[in-house]
Amino acid sequence: MQSQLPLYPEQASNFAPHVDELMIFIIAICLFFAVAVTVAIIFFLYKFKRKSPGEIGVAVHGDMRLEAAWIGVPFILSMAMFAWGAVVYVDFRQAPPDTLDIYVIGKQWMWKLQQPNGQKEINELHVPLGKDVRLIMGSEDVIHDFSIPAFRVKMDVVPGHYNTLWFRPTKIGTYHFYCSQYCGTNHAIMGGWVTVMEPDEYTAWLAGTSDMNPNPVLAGERLFAQRACSTCHLADGKGPAPSLNGVFGGQVRLADGSTVTADESYIRESILTPNAKIVAGYQPVMPAYQGQITEEQTLDLISYVRSLQAEPVPPKGAGVVQTGAAAGTVSQPTGKK
Amino acid sequence: MSATTTAPVHTMPKVHYLNADYGIKSWLLTTDHKRIALLYLGAVTFFFLIGGIFATMIRIHLLTPGGYLVSPETYNKLFTMHGVTMVFFFLIPSIPAILGNFLVPLMIGAKDLAFPKLNLLSYYLYLTGGGFVLYSFITGGLDTGWTFYTPLSSIYSNSAVTPAVIGIFINGFSSILTGLNFVVTIHTMRAPGMTWFRLPLFIWAQYATSMIFILGTPVIAITLLLLALERVFHLGFFNPALGGDPILFQHLFWFYSHPAVYIMILPAMGVITELITTFARRPVFGYTFIAGSSIAIAVIGFLVWAHHMFLTGESVYAALAFSLMSYLVAIPSAVKVFNWTSTLYKGSISYDTPMLYALGFIGLFLVGGLTGLFLACLGLDIHLHDTYFVIAHFHYIMVGGAVMGYMGGLHFWWPKITGKMYPEFLARTAAVILFVGFNLTFFPQFVLGYLGMPRRYHSYPPEFQSLNVMSTAGASILALGYLLPMIYLAWSIKYGKVAGPNPWPATGLEWRTPSPPPTENFDVTPVVDWEPYDFEHRPDLQLEPGVAGLLPAHGDD
Repeated sequence: MQSQLPLYPEQASNFAPHVDELMIFIIAICLFFAVAVTVAIIFFLYKFKRKSPGEIGVAVHGDMRLEAAWIGVPFILSMAMFAWGAVVYVDFRQAPPDTLDIYVIGKQWMWKLQQPNGQKEINELHVPLGKDVRLIMGSEDVIHDFSIPAFRVKMDVVPGHYNTLWFRPTKIGTYHFYCSQYCGTNHAIMGGWVTVMEPDEYTAWLAGTSDMNPNPVLAGERLFAQRACSTCHLADGKGPAPSLNGVFGGQVRLADGSTVTADESYIRESILTPNAKIVAGYQPVMPAYQGQITEEQTLDLISYVRSLQAEPVPPKGAGVVQTGAAAGTVSQPTGKK
Repeated sequence: MSATTTAPVHTMPKVHYLNADYGIKSWLLTTDHKRIALLYLGAVTFFFLIGGIFATMIRIHLLTPGGYLVSPETYNKLFTMHGVTMVFFFLIPSIPAILGNFLVPLMIGAKDLAFPKLNLLSYYLYLTGGGFVLYSFITGGLDTGWTFYTPLSSIYSNSAVTPAVIGIFINGFSSILTGLNFVVTIHTMRAPGMTWFRLPLFIWAQYATSMIFILGTPVIAITLLLLALERVFHLGFFNPALGGDPILFQHLFWFYSHPAVYIMILPAMGVITELITTFARRPVFGYTFIAGSSIAIAVIGFLVWAHHMFLTGESVYAALAFSLMSYLVAIPSAVKVFNWTSTLYKGSISYDTPMLYALGFIGLFLVGGLTGLFLACLGLDIHLHDTYFVIAHFHYIMVGGAVMGYMGGLHFWWPKITGKMYPEFLARTAAVILFVGFNLTFFPQFVLGYLGMPRRYHSYPPEFQSLNVMSTAGASILALGYLLPMIYLAWSIKYGKVAGPNPWPATGLEWRTPSPPPTENFDVTPVVDWEPYDFEHRPDLQLEPGVAGLLPAHGDD
């Protein structure tokens, strides 16, 4: 550590080379201008040094061509920087399909992470090499930020809604992750390690540990019954609330005529503040669970709803706009849970 | 220069604003803009010292990875109080309230500001606000970060948030009233012949700054009020548990606080233009472009705030728009740098202390401005956001830019303010020490940031130690660079050589009246019949090519 001073962290994700190339591009442009201005100033300082105490300079009031040039050239170069940066960012904000989804909850001052099979980790994250991984992140209290410098990724973790972050690990190893948004007393120790493993090792690791942990789908199903959700959200769609079969990932038609994608954020909102969006054809009768259940219970419920994705959709369905053969037609409108 | 040159011996004027009236009341109840400027100088220097002590403790603490000096709670309070003190009570008022107060009437040939009593009220609002903030520091400290992000600040923090927020709220009115005073004064009280395009560019910069004061400050005031209401009465504006939105706070906060960066840097840019023209002894290159770029920065600066929020989950389209606007606001700053550089061309350049600060400013602002391009870049900000790269970037702008401008301005107008010269050699040495110390402190932080060290960490992984030690070493040099001027400037008030009305010489109206000026500024209302920064048609400056003119009073160059 003492002798070698690295200038950039390890490149361990698909984003790392893109971000580093962008960095080099902007450094090159900035170095050019910094050197040009510095050399000009030093030259002028030397060349036009005052020779006698009474000497005055030559009045040169300006030059429109020069002004145009030094407005125009920086403008073009800055637009190039903007465009390249935008390409990397848009890629970063749009996760590809078929990601390995891991739930992340930040709370003062620890990270709780949950693998798809329910395996829970604290301040540790295991991911398989070469697989697109998506983190779906919420906060129990204040704003945190999940940051992995070796992957060149980072995203705020905000109470009240989910933010997502995706990457594809490209190098086996163990890398720091940090909380990057100041969150109170122990902000500096709210971090941990990401371990990138060979896919088969990851599978083995997951299998070897999953027995100890309750399956989030089962936990969610239990909660679903305990909280009496199941009394209205009948699977056959004949209850006062829509069936949840096949809802997840679909387009839901709302009472105001618009549609919304049933992703984690939508399901979460529908549990915590159900009257925010009412499914067409249903009454706003569901109680709000804001403050009634924890963030982890919310995630369990979402996992359960998600597990119903492949279940047969009843005729009076889940309010889902049918895709595929029946595209364009609205299946039976359904309400909220 | 040898002792045989024609350097005239100056004497202090018999009656001037400093000795026109005696007694503590004549100072505390003064409506003279020059005396109020000195009151500000005292108070602002006090807050700078406090903020500096916090900074010193931060740097000492970070010498070792585990944290060397204080507990995590205390460390969090130190960086919060450092930020709050420096931003709201040093950087924002420094140039406008001290140099602006002193110079705006003098530069435009007016007797005073338009509303002298309001000016005094501004000062006491500043003191009251500062008092509340000090009360917060003493009775529990403040650990929210200077950005006061909710819901940490509104619900979770156990520190004395409410008094601090009330203090900043009150202090905001000081800014608003000062801005109002400047705008009215510049519009209505210019001397005969002082047209808009004969105004010194310092005045243009003050004008643009005042606009931001008036338009932006009410937003931060009301935002912090909402925060206090949520904290005290549990009204749900920002806390999601109460139905609020924590991101809303960030929008409102940065709507003011990003333009506030321009409040800090624009006046410094105005100072630099005055210094470069004076010490290159020629008209500024591209007057209208420098004036126009100040206005452009003030206007576009209001449309870039959400570039602090690229990773909050804001919409991708919003992020694209704010990144684009952030690149656009960089262009007027670039225009200024190019015009300053060109002003050196065919000048007659001397390396007096204020000029050293001006050159230092350009160098540091160049780095600070260019690194802004990295952060405005959406793809790079994913990696750089909330790391030490950001810390280094804004210290290059605020300390390298705003403080170098302030120090340069203070040295430039010190003979006008006090009538005395400071020891030139010592002053040049201090300027060089500041420049070196600053770079050693903050350049390593760019590397730390790219390596991934997050900001606001009381402890850090050991691989970051060597760069942190470098930074702390630089900070100790930097501290020396700040202490020296405080000592020799204070010394010069009593023992400095008498400066005379126009020691450099410079072209502005403020140099056409004795140093220190009389209470009413000018014995006769001046009439302006020359263009700005024109040395050629100004026989009163006694400058001619090849002829020994007025020598600088320090006489050692």
